[in-house]
Amino acid sequence: MNEQQHIIGYKKLVGTWLALLALTALTVAVTRVELGGFKVAAALAIACAKSGLVIAVFMHMRYEGRLLRWLLFLALATLAIFIGLTFFDVLYR
Amino acid sequence: MTHHPHKDDAAAKLGMWLFLFTELLLFGGLFLLYAVYLKRYPHEFAVAGRQLDWTMGTANTVILLTSSLCAAMALTALQLGEARRAVALLGGTLLCAGGFMVIKYIEWSTKIGHGIYPGSPHLKSGAPGESIFFSLYFMTTGIHGLHVLIGGALLAVIGQKVRSGVVSADNYILLENGALYWHLVDLIWIFIFPLYYLIL
Repeated sequence: MNEQQHIIGYKKLVGTWLALLALTALTVAVTRVELGGFKVAAALAIACAKSGLVIAVFMHMRYEGRLLRWLLFLALATLAIFIGLTFFDVLYR
Repeated sequence: MTHHPHKDDAAAKLGMWLFLFTELLLFGGLFLLYAVYLKRYPHEFAVAGRQLDWTMGTANTVILLTSSLCAAMALTALQLGEARRAVALLGGTLLCAGGFMVIKYIEWSTKIGHGIYPGSPHLKSGAPGESIFFSLYFMTTGIHGLHVLIGGALLAVIGQKVRSGVVSADNYILLENGALYWHLVDLIWIFIFPLYYLIL
């Protein structure tokens, strides 16, 4: 048996799914109206919120130990650094 | 002599997550290319992006979110010892995967029918920004679609093992890792959807 077993209830999973659908509706609504540059930021913020829900609940990250959490942080930080440094070059060339 | 097969679920899951991080960096690179070219060709990207049908993109988003729900519920079901329900839920995931690929097929064939595909004469004669947009579109959604097919095949095999009892309430790491891969496919689409279908 696995000592670190976490069973996530059906209700919680369905609730997360409903939240993801609501955020999808929101992102479509926000980008259908003309908001200029704001809509890019809004769409990306909503996408980040959605992926946070998927990782935390569907992928069980909320219930994982320190090792996986830190590794996830490391992977995201690497991604942020290479996107950030590329734009440092692209924007100020 | 009793022989215990070596088994370490925590290590198996760690290995899966390490693999998923490399996947994040792979798609991260494609998103970075998109961002840099969007900065260089904002007008051409807007013209090209509006040729994609956002209703199809929305439908596929809902389908993939639902498929992820089914995969997550399948793991819960198996952990609770409800193997038959787990198999049915995995069937739901596969059904969604099929629906996703059908919509993708319709989108791609419509575009190709209009002469829009990488290296097509139509794109070569148009603005360079537009052909870059569609090359990135086909590359990113193509690699993502490949992941949908691989993930679907993986979950089909795992579903078979759940049915035969090899993967069970006491031994569910294979389903857990398969579901993790599937959620990653969903995760990538969560970013493809607004970037290609909505913001332009």
